[in-house]
Amino acid sequence: MNIHEYQGKMLLKAAGVPVLEGVHCTTVEQALNAYDALGSKVVAVKSQIHAGGRGKGTVMNPSSRDVVMEGGVKIAFSKEEVQTYSSNILGNLLVTIQTGDEGKIVNNLYIEAGCDIAHEYYLALLVDRDNKSVLIMASTEGGMDIEEVAEHTPELIHKVIVDANVGLLGFQKRDLGMALGLNGTALKSFGKMLSSMYSMFCAEDCAMVEINPLVRTGADEIVALDAKVSFDENAEFRHKNWDDLRDLSEEEDTEIRAKETGLSYVKLDGNIGCLVNGAGLAMATMDVIKLYGGEPANFLDVGGGANEEQVKTAFSIILEDPNVKGILVNIFGGIMRCDIIARGVIAATEALSLQVPLVVRLAGTNVDEGKAILAASTLNIHPADDLAEGAQKIVALIGGEA
Amino acid sequence: MAIWIEEDAKVLVQGITGKQGMFHADKMVEYGTQIVGGCTPGKGGQTVELQGKAFPVWHSMTEAIKATDADATVIYVPPPFAGEAIMEAAEAFDSIKGEGVIVCITEGIPTLDMVKAVAYVNNRPGVRLIGPNCPGIITPGETGGAKIGIMPGHIHAKGRIGIVSKSGTLTYEAVAQTMSIDEGQSTCIGIGGDPVNGTGFIECLAAFESDPQTEAIIMIGEIGGNAEQEAAAWAADNMTKPIVGFVAGATAPPGKRMGHAGAIISGGKGTAEEKFEAFKAAGIACAMDPSELGKVLLESLKSAGLR
Repeated sequence: MNIHEYQGKMLLKAAGVPVLEGVHCTTVEQALNAYDALGSKVVAVKSQIHAGGRGKGTVMNPSSRDVVMEGGVKIAFSKEEVQTYSSNILGNLLVTIQTGDEGKIVNNLYIEAGCDIAHEYYLALLVDRDNKSVLIMASTEGGMDIEEVAEHTPELIHKVIVDANVGLLGFQKRDLGMALGLNGTALKSFGKMLSSMYSMFCAEDCAMVEINPLVRTGADEIVALDAKVSFDENAEFRHKNWDDLRDLSEEEDTEIRAKETGLSYVKLDGNIGCLVNGAGLAMATMDVIKLYGGEPANFLDVGGGANEEQVKTAFSIILEDPNVKGILVNIFGGIMRCDIIARGVIAATEALSLQVPLVVRLAGTNVDEGKAILAASTLNIHPADDLAEGAQKIVALIGGEA
Repeated sequence: MAIWIEEDAKVLVQGITGKQGMFHADKMVEYGTQIVGGCTPGKGGQTVELQGKAFPVWHSMTEAIKATDADATVIYVPPPFAGEAIMEAAEAFDSIKGEGVIVCITEGIPTLDMVKAVAYVNNRPGVRLIGPNCPGIITPGETGGAKIGIMPGHIHAKGRIGIVSKSGTLTYEAVAQTMSIDEGQSTCIGIGGDPVNGTGFIECLAAFESDPQTEAIIMIGEIGGNAEQEAAAWAADNMTKPIVGFVAGATAPPGKRMGHAGAIISGGKGTAEEKFEAFKAAGIACAMDPSELGKVLLESLKSAGLR
């Protein structure tokens, strides 16, 4: 789960990480008041969306797609400029390298005081799968795309792996700071900031905290100028405050509803809907549809113990996508019994008066009973014995090549 | 022989009094697994009825292992408590026996809890963790065998193919594929789809390589991370037995989590294409469709002179 920069900075500030003064705004008027309240001559007017590349993005009119302004993060030197930039941004579309062509509507702004920058660094904390530990990554090349730095100048990226048995140690903070060329006050300030940030990372169950840039000011203070914070959704049960931080307009509506009913759904661009048990098999089903010339419309894992009701919900979610021209159900019954799935499929087909072709492949627990139930129904359900046959059948039925 | 879990392994169930724990404990007893009891803090002294027989429940893993000399434990504890259940089992196995296998089925454990639990287990070198978020491990026997997890037992048969996979149902698919060419399995392991887990591909491959019963291996990966690439590179240098591979997620869009917490392409890394390439470079025979795993396996067995 991602949150906005201004929310990430609230958390950082509460944890003791230095950030600049700033105000979250949703209207131009608020932005102008924020300018007065901050008392800083120079402020940054920052679009708040869950995607990177905002500074180099393009602000567009959402209906005409005419360019309103280049850049979704602007430095304003006067109140008039705050007025111009905030009215240009709010309600308009911001297209960045990470949003794709469709872009995102900007409903939130962050007005932040300016600061005197001596140098920009990169800093990130994340869970490293290889080391099964929290990894801290830093670079002197702040403000740049870190993947580019990793590719062209990997020696400029410095890493520290935190041993979960003992936590972040003093020498690790010093080593990392010195690798960035810090000394004196700046090195101390960096160490203190890193401790606070690591504590926040653990306390808030973060998946990633990325600060790009982290800056050293003229006074040798270390300040987080940006903040990209994401949470580990598995830990949601112990963070009641996440409900308030969640911006539902940034998430796919059907994906949220699927999650509420215990289904895992991701919308794709194709026209063959899939309903599968198990994440790996659901991915493999999509892959095989593609292999036989079709295009999957979604990823959908109904989980290990789905009931009739969930199967019905799954069908209705798949069918909300107007592109869906056919559905492939692929179940390998383990805990889940094929007879229950077969009944669920029939109930859903009847209740939703399904119009598109349906291929059902069943295997595993109670497969014979399941197949018998489908065969006995008068509905137009095409059976398949294995995944390849199922994929070929549905591709042929919707008139694709197979 | 098989790997890590013998047919007659003695197994405890953590969370045995819960709905999931009891349901699957019953299925395991039905399959022939030697379940010796379970552990639910606060419910010690009670019994649980599985397949018409009463099984003891202990308060703690220390009590349970002391009383039963168990070889393994399987965890069905809900996510908020599962990380600690792993550590409790690790400490009990380590201090009492110096060894033990922990199989964690639970899905949805916070990643930082797993970071802690894995570090804790790794400090106890005799203890092995399989999972979490996995179907478990099964060593089919002539009659019965040891099924430790949630997989459907009846689809398996004892044989010479070792299977290791990140996915549950895709493992069942692989099992069915071996059966379609009249081959059974030595041991099947689901290592789980979480970003931070216990036993990885390389440890499984190494164990299969030194297991006399295993003659060929099916390895199933999915998008995210680079465990498959590392395993392939390791296999190229260390494996003599034929390996057949598949990777799920060739059509997955970047940046989207595909069901499993670990199944996400980030920064253009961890794609299925990359993993298939690594497999091929290591001489692993790849199936592009899991329905063809049987066919590819048969060809591999033939060219190795095993059929």
